[in-house]
Amino acid sequence: MPRIICMAVTTVAEHDKILLAHGSGGKMAHELISKSFVRELSNPLLAKLDDSAVVPFSGKLAFTTDSYVVSPIFFPGGDIGKLAVCGTVNDLSMSGAKPLYLSLAFIIEEGFPYEDLAKVVASVKAAVTEAGVEIVTGDTKVVHRGSADKLFINTSGIGMIPQGVNISGSNAGLGDVVILSGTIGDHGIAVLSKREGLSFSTKLKSDCAPLGGLVADMLKATHNINCLRDPTRGGLATILNEIAQQSNVGIRIDEEAIPVREEVMAACEMLGLDPLYIANEGKLIAIVPSADARAVLKAMKKHKYGKEAAVIGKVTEDKPGRVVMNTRIGSSRIVDMLTGDPLPRIC
Amino acid sequence: MKFIDEFRRSDLAKGLVSRIAQRSRTNVRFMEFCGGHTVAIFKYGIRQLLPSSIEMVSGPGCPVCVTSNSDIDKCIAFAQLPGVIVATFGDMLKVPGSRSSLQRVKAEGADVRMVYSALDALSMARDNPDKSVVFLGIGFETTAPTIAASILQAQEQRIKNYHVFSMHKLTPPVVKAVLDTGEVKIGGIVCPGHVSVITGSQAWEFIAKDYGIPCVVSGFEPLDILQCVSMLVEQVESGRSEVEIAYSRGVCHEGNVEAQKLMHRVFQPSPAEWRGIGQVPGSGLKLREKYSRFDAERVFEIEPGESYEPEGCICGEVLRGVKTPHDCALFNTICTPQSPVGPCMVSSEGTCAAYYLYGGDNRG
Amino acid sequence: MCLAVPLLIKSINGKDAHAEIGGVSRPVSLWLTPEAKVGDYVLVHTGYAISVLNKAEAEETLRLLVKIAAMDGVEG
Repeated sequence: MPRIICMAVTTVAEHDKILLAHGSGGKMAHELISKSFVRELSNPLLAKLDDSAVVPFSGKLAFTTDSYVVSPIFFPGGDIGKLAVCGTVNDLSMSGAKPLYLSLAFIIEEGFPYEDLAKVVASVKAAVTEAGVEIVTGDTKVVHRGSADKLFINTSGIGMIPQGVNISGSNAGLGDVVILSGTIGDHGIAVLSKREGLSFSTKLKSDCAPLGGLVADMLKATHNINCLRDPTRGGLATILNEIAQQSNVGIRIDEEAIPVREEVMAACEMLGLDPLYIANEGKLIAIVPSADARAVLKAMKKHKYGKEAAVIGKVTEDKPGRVVMNTRIGSSRIVDMLTGDPLPRIC
Repeated sequence: MKFIDEFRRSDLAKGLVSRIAQRSRTNVRFMEFCGGHTVAIFKYGIRQLLPSSIEMVSGPGCPVCVTSNSDIDKCIAFAQLPGVIVATFGDMLKVPGSRSSLQRVKAEGADVRMVYSALDALSMARDNPDKSVVFLGIGFETTAPTIAASILQAQEQRIKNYHVFSMHKLTPPVVKAVLDTGEVKIGGIVCPGHVSVITGSQAWEFIAKDYGIPCVVSGFEPLDILQCVSMLVEQVESGRSEVEIAYSRGVCHEGNVEAQKLMHRVFQPSPAEWRGIGQVPGSGLKLREKYSRFDAERVFEIEPGESYEPEGCICGEVLRGVKTPHDCALFNTICTPQSPVGPCMVSSEGTCAAYYLYGGDNRG
Repeated sequence: MCLAVPLLIKSINGKDAHAEIGGVSRPVSLWLTPEAKVGDYVLVHTGYAISVLNKAEAEETLRLLVKIAAMDGVEG
């Protein structure tokens, strides 16, 4: 049938929208992958286009996966591509691993503009370059209009955990210090500001960033880091609760010590939100024995993603499994995990 | 942030806490009638700072919580009409009706959209001329004038596909109804701050006069609430019952006259069904005849089905301050924010949600 | 639900205004507060200004609270 043959020989660039054929494994798919993905993200492993990437490895391997469905896909300070790289790289870094290789899978809604896909791929490239990782394998599917919301991305990643590093949410010890690497709420509010129906504008940008370098600097200062977590979905409050439960300890934080940008506070006031529950994509929590806290904090403050690092609390034996906050007016209250989902699809 | 940070100063909080402790002698119960106060009191740990002589109790101040099941069923029925976009404040999305919720019917394909303002719903009507927008009008006197303004704006801009389903309620009649049940002995009332911006502190004078109960209008910052409690304590200890304002930067005696005018122009008082309390005459607001073409109930025919309350749910008693969430067998067992049985748990300002989120180990 | 936030009016166009707090700005309707002027702080509830904040009253309140704190032996 003439029409289909015609489509098969035209180049990707002549289509300004992604079509079902781009995901079907045929010539158009191959074109898309080699011209748009492989060429952009070029590295020898990816260029092989084998069914699996084969990489040399020894030691303890960290392995993680995440899917990214953020809406809108372009937001101040980043996009779904940058998020997909940083999110997975950071998950690896939170176990103390040096992030090495990523897989990248797209699920694209039929009709998605090619120009937007190119922008996302360019963001992916910039992020992997900064993070010092390589995309070694991938997949592309195109689904019928309405079966996906524009673009979904899945990334899986592997990294190597250095000798002597043992980081886990269940390792928090009594007397440990809780350190936060910077301001909370930036990502969630930046994304919300672009969401329909909430018409507020701000110069705020997402804090989306790869934290491998920051973690490496912290580990250079000391291997005595007990827990590392990045407060993404659910925010700081949820992460601290998870650690408190995993380690069966209490965590007490000081409201005044938690760094929050004025714009985030203002947006939260307007929308009735609490910064403690808002997603961050370029921050981490470190739980560190008190003897090592100063060295870790110093190392963090020297790094561009840790300049506003602060001690926000400590691990106690009071109320194990729970997080308590000293309020600025001298009372204290329980800080629970996020229940429900007031901010859909922030990550 | 101006007008916010100053009213969160810890040194001034300490001063008020100290004064309250010194002056409070009589055991007394203060009731608040505003979901915003319920949350603020928990969020700032106010109860902890007060002497044991003072008990803080929540009344029916959460507009979502006091919406009857039959009204919620109607909201869901509107959403199931073809060609209708239901625009709603976020608070309503997860509230369970007799059989379903807006969130659930949205997942089943109904066009339900969250908005921050009636203005967003108005824009939605403008941008979707081939559909009808039904805006769920919920809230007390703070919100009703804004909805009234939106209807007048729709009229001005000749927007024909904007409608409101009014479930708006008035606060003074329900305060009276709760006091008349005599179920709970109340020694002072924390009057709702933003409702009072509209109504003026004059709206509460009947409480001080006819019931001899001290009233103080409070804002929502910690210093506002502490100052309010301090002023209530002064009244209690000196045997006075007056209406005072602890939110003078926003509230005055007459209120916002322009807002009252707009509200009365578009709405008229009607009987309303309050969950847990029943029918309270003159406590609801319905659109006047002149604006009937904006009235969703008159424009659309819906079949909401039979309405019934979930078994075991004591939201009604919690709303009247007769029971606390801890007295409810379903609280934190079957009824949690993830799977709420009644509106007190699902609304962000519901008493049960506040107890769950902030109450920690005091959970049942 | 009675959430209202103090915003500073930056510009007015008829009954519509633009207001901001802490670097975040949004459109605000002045239908309920036609007397509001640029430079006023207004309490905004669901996109509508419901009251013009009284600066003098705010300062008076704070003065009173400082006095209370001083009387009760707390540094004001």
